[in-house]
Amino acid sequence: MQKSVIVENLSKNYFNKEAVKEISFSINENEILGLLGPNGCGKTTTIAMMLGLLKPTNGRVIIHGLDIEKNRISLLHKMNFISPYIELPKKLTVKENLIVYGKLYGVKFISERIKYLSEKLRLEEFINKKTGELSSGQKNRVSLAKALINEPSILFLDEPTASLDPETGDFVRSFIEKVSKEKNMSILLASHNMDEVKRLCKNVLMMNNGEIIDKGAPDNLIEKHGKKNLEEVFLKLNRNKNELK
Amino acid sequence: MSLNRIIGLFLRHFFLIKSSLPRILDLIYWPTIQIILWGFISKFFTTYSDYYNNTVGVILTCAILYDFLFRSSISFNMLFLEEIWSRNFTNLFIAPMRISEIITALVATALIRTLIGLIPAILITSPLFGISILNLGIPLFFLFLSLYIFGITLGLFVSSGLLRYGPAFENIAWSSLFLLAPLGCIYYPIEILPEFFQDIARGLPLVYIFEEARSILVNQVVNYSNIKNAFILNIIYLIIGITLFYYSFSQARKKGSLINIGE
Repeated sequence: MQKSVIVENLSKNYFNKEAVKEISFSINENEILGLLGPNGCGKTTTIAMMLGLLKPTNGRVIIHGLDIEKNRISLLHKMNFISPYIELPKKLTVKENLIVYGKLYGVKFISERIKYLSEKLRLEEFINKKTGELSSGQKNRVSLAKALINEPSILFLDEPTASLDPETGDFVRSFIEKVSKEKNMSILLASHNMDEVKRLCKNVLMMNNGEIIDKGAPDNLIEKHGKKNLEEVFLKLNRNKNELK
Repeated sequence: MSLNRIIGLFLRHFFLIKSSLPRILDLIYWPTIQIILWGFISKFFTTYSDYYNNTVGVILTCAILYDFLFRSSISFNMLFLEEIWSRNFTNLFIAPMRISEIITALVATALIRTLIGLIPAILITSPLFGISILNLGIPLFFLFLSLYIFGITLGLFVSSGLLRYGPAFENIAWSSLFLLAPLGCIYYPIEILPEFFQDIARGLPLVYIFEEARSILVNQVVNYSNIKNAFILNIIYLIIGITLFYYSFSQARKKGSLINIGE
């Protein structure tokens, strides 16, 4: 299996604080890798370094065989990101936002791409509405459309179903599952929803305090730690880690 | 009426002000600048009360030119601020955009915004006051161009601060131009400033631009050396501004301010 992303000894220090401590992992083609950890454990910092938004203190991120630090612009054409903490301009309509990002990513047939995404993500009924007027579920689907506008081969999803109702959450999860298989995509999924991670991810990284404290397939982790589900594994690992601290 | 609730709301703002040096400076800044600017204007009119005799509209023309500078700089800053306010900042910086492309797009958009604001102002001065800025003739193009370059250069300086320090730098965006207004000698010649300030003012292209505008309107003399000096200074500041913007981007990537700038 081809590795799309290789993270080698990645570290980030802010002043005297080590936010990420020499972590290494890889993501294969057509793999959804889960990234689990409590708030402030270094997930967002890790994703930011992988996206070239943040310069690592040490280590490197190799994407499709190229170092992100040296090839940031060319690699960003193949990547995208969705997070509940960033939004699209509220005063622009959904279509206008998608046109803008289609242009920024150099998409050749923007109208066709928007039409395709509108159908797949059920955006047609509000495509001409201002983005700020949408419900959180609709906004989430628009953000997903923006994240897929450039047909990325690597996608970073930071809590993609946070604050969604169960029906919309399930729709988004099914869509991610389908699109990753169809497009042979590599996805890094940071989430606090353990069922979502178990359903979507082949492998999971457990982070705490800037370190990877365990990794493996969800079922293997559950078995290894003698727990009923991933949530119990998460709680056990983080409590152990916090007690050691 | 509850005194506790009144005190509570007072404290909400008091805590905000006392914890933010930029906010405190902002409170001091505006009255100080206003007093300095109008002090120099008053001094000028007291000393040279006949300077503008028979020359209708010099002040109004200079006001329009200054407004053009103000609008171009603010337009540049506003484009940047709008990305922060709409929490779209991170989306932009994970798109495959080079810094040069970002600067070029902002420069072009700022020009459109500036012209939308300026053209109506120019149009109404003629019927309302019988004055046309077009009386400046061909040099007007060079004056506008020079002001625009300086405006976007200031925009670059402020945006560099926004990139590095985030929304806390917002007040500087609004106040940067007023700091330069007294030194820019918009409504009076440079000689009106104390000698120390004259030396500083000579380092600004504004002095040469407004000197040239007055020279044309008051003396009907076009002095191209003023225009040349303004352009030379503009190029120097523009290069510094662009370099600073690149440096701030690199620092923002190191310090992590690109991640949480909209939060």
